[in-house]
Amino acid sequence: MQIFDPSIFPILAADGLTNGAVYALLSLALVLVFAVTRVIFVPMGEFVVFGTLTLAALQLGKVPGTVTLLLILLGLAAALEAARHLRRGHVTPAALTVGGAALLGAVLWGAAHWIAPLKPPLPVQVLLTLLLVAPLGPLLYRTVFQPLQNATVLVLLIASVALHLVLTGLALVFFGPEGSRTPPFAQGTVALGQVTLTWQSLLVILVSAVLMLALYVFFERTMPGKALRATAVNRLGARLVGISPTSAGTLTFTLAALIGALGGMLIGPSVAMTYDSGFLIGLKGFVGAIIGGLVSYPLAAAGALLVGLIESFASFSLSGWKEVIVFTLILPVLLWRSVITRHAPEDEE
Amino acid sequence: MKKALFLSVLTLFSLASAEVRIGVIVSSTGPAASLGIPEKNTVALLPQTIAGQQIVYTILDDASDTTAAVTNARKLIQDTKVDLIIGTTTTPASLAMIDVVAEAKVPMISLAASEGIIKPVDAKRSWVFKTPQTDALMAAAIVQHMVQNNVKTVGYIGFNDAYGEGWSAELKKNAAARGLKIVAEERYARSDTSVTGQVLKLVAARPDAILIGASGVPAVLPQKALKDRGYGGKIYQTHGVANADFLRVGGRDVEGAILPAGPVLVADQLLTTNPTRKVGLAYMNLYEAKYGKDSVSTFGAHMWDAGLLLQRALPVALKKAKPGTAAFRSALRDALEGTRNVIGAHGIFNLSATDHLGLDARSRVMVQVVDGTWKLLPSR
Repeated sequence: MQIFDPSIFPILAADGLTNGAVYALLSLALVLVFAVTRVIFVPMGEFVVFGTLTLAALQLGKVPGTVTLLLILLGLAAALEAARHLRRGHVTPAALTVGGAALLGAVLWGAAHWIAPLKPPLPVQVLLTLLLVAPLGPLLYRTVFQPLQNATVLVLLIASVALHLVLTGLALVFFGPEGSRTPPFAQGTVALGQVTLTWQSLLVILVSAVLMLALYVFFERTMPGKALRATAVNRLGARLVGISPTSAGTLTFTLAALIGALGGMLIGPSVAMTYDSGFLIGLKGFVGAIIGGLVSYPLAAAGALLVGLIESFASFSLSGWKEVIVFTLILPVLLWRSVITRHAPEDEE
Repeated sequence: MKKALFLSVLTLFSLASAEVRIGVIVSSTGPAASLGIPEKNTVALLPQTIAGQQIVYTILDDASDTTAAVTNARKLIQDTKVDLIIGTTTTPASLAMIDVVAEAKVPMISLAASEGIIKPVDAKRSWVFKTPQTDALMAAAIVQHMVQNNVKTVGYIGFNDAYGEGWSAELKKNAAARGLKIVAEERYARSDTSVTGQVLKLVAARPDAILIGASGVPAVLPQKALKDRGYGGKIYQTHGVANADFLRVGGRDVEGAILPAGPVLVADQLLTTNPTRKVGLAYMNLYEAKYGKDSVSTFGAHMWDAGLLLQRALPVALKKAKPGTAAFRSALRDALEGTRNVIGAHGIFNLSATDHLGLDARSRVMVQVVDGTWKLLPSR
């Protein structure tokens, strides 16, 4: 086999690990979102796209369209929240919600319009991108998924697919039909034994690893993390001990958006991202999540790394069949899963 | 009573409006949006009256989807009662629309590349015309350039879809005819984040030149990977990358790429004796005045050329019949087939009963990316 050639194997493996690390981040977010809110989050890849394209717009000194989306969602969420207060006859909290949202919106709008044309250094742009994309998560949760909190998994999936289509369309409006690339965070290459890696791909692997470690610490050591885990294990039980499913959902979607935006900025330098490239990237993360049965974080991460590696080796040996090979991977996994899991009766609320 | 009044108003209206109705279908969303949007933008620049007749354009989006394109074509024919359809952007959708327009006997000018849309001119395709150069025409130009520059072996990497397949087939055909050897052939997907595997294989085969059969900004990825792996040979791209976004996104990674393109891309560098120079510059100035500097792309010029064909054919057809009738549509078809020497932005159109494109070698130039701009290469 040509792929086991010592001059080729390490290059392909490193390439597969770099992509796999990003897929792994996405698969972790997918597992998290599903466990806590039972949403199969199809638009995960859109956060990646918004991350890359927002940073690319800032690079050009332009105000990214993400700001518009953020303001619209903020308005919608505030209206929903205010309506909820008003229905109970609470006028003051309703007014405060609307006023607060208006103020926040004005600050965000002003900040984006002030900072973007200045073309600040890269770290500031990255931070600004995270500030603009991460709030999309909780706002989308508030406007789309929270009203459906008690719906079945199927209804949530349908909403999720619809949201994916809406976000893809909005990305076309905001960022145009052609894609963008972001500048690399690090230039040059580094030699590790026989393999030369670019600093960029090393950075991708490192940042992903650190992020996974941080997630682990968050779930094991902190109160909100433990609350999320509790909600994931048993929603009703968690509610009985005083964990609000709403705040758990909000936190989950914030994390998902944050991870997506980071993932987007990590792969942005190596690939020209277009408005519709999120779906396939998200889908590969999803294959990883499926390997983990949508419950196990380590298995999902390992599965996603496997997807990255298989993709890399398949693109070398049989490039025309690459996508077929990657997505066919799901079949034996599903078969194996359906054999080993017992089917409890549907416990839909 | 009310109904009678409504009907009489309707009759009055249809009598009063002897306008020519043009249906336009483009892919302004979906994967082909970067082509469809400039085409749609160009419609706004087309003349509102031709030979004293008012022209009404109805623009529909097919979302780069074949089914939507067919539905839209039916809608335009049955509801809007159009006299001509211009569109659509993509080859598969244009092919699917042939049956619809042939059945309704409505002439159509496609904006898609493939030769299969207009060849052979049979009973159905007698209603179908198109303005963009065919893949075959462009592939022949690439292979000719390769041969002239002592390229003996070629590697190919292209999209894992109809676009990549089409170019692979045309490259093989032309290479076989001129004694070029294809030593490696690879595929990748538009949304891929890495082509390292394919590029390793390409570089290992040591071809003198590599053709990237891709369009738009995803075409940057293989060229960047080839540069990263230290590939020193010539890199060819297709005319599917000929827009400003490719240069913006590609930056230094696409320096040196050689590609065939419609002359409109480098209109200002053409010899002043070249007749397409004037038309191309006029179109560019008109487009950029409305949509901003550097916004023009070669794709919108295909729509412009369709408009030019119409301006030549319509007065002829109007002499024979009234708009809105079957006789007029048939006359328009005949008039389109009879257009000669229409100087367009992409070349000179000489249509005939056997050629519904009518472009020749004057419709293509070889260009190279130099210092982030398109540079016209001298033709030999």
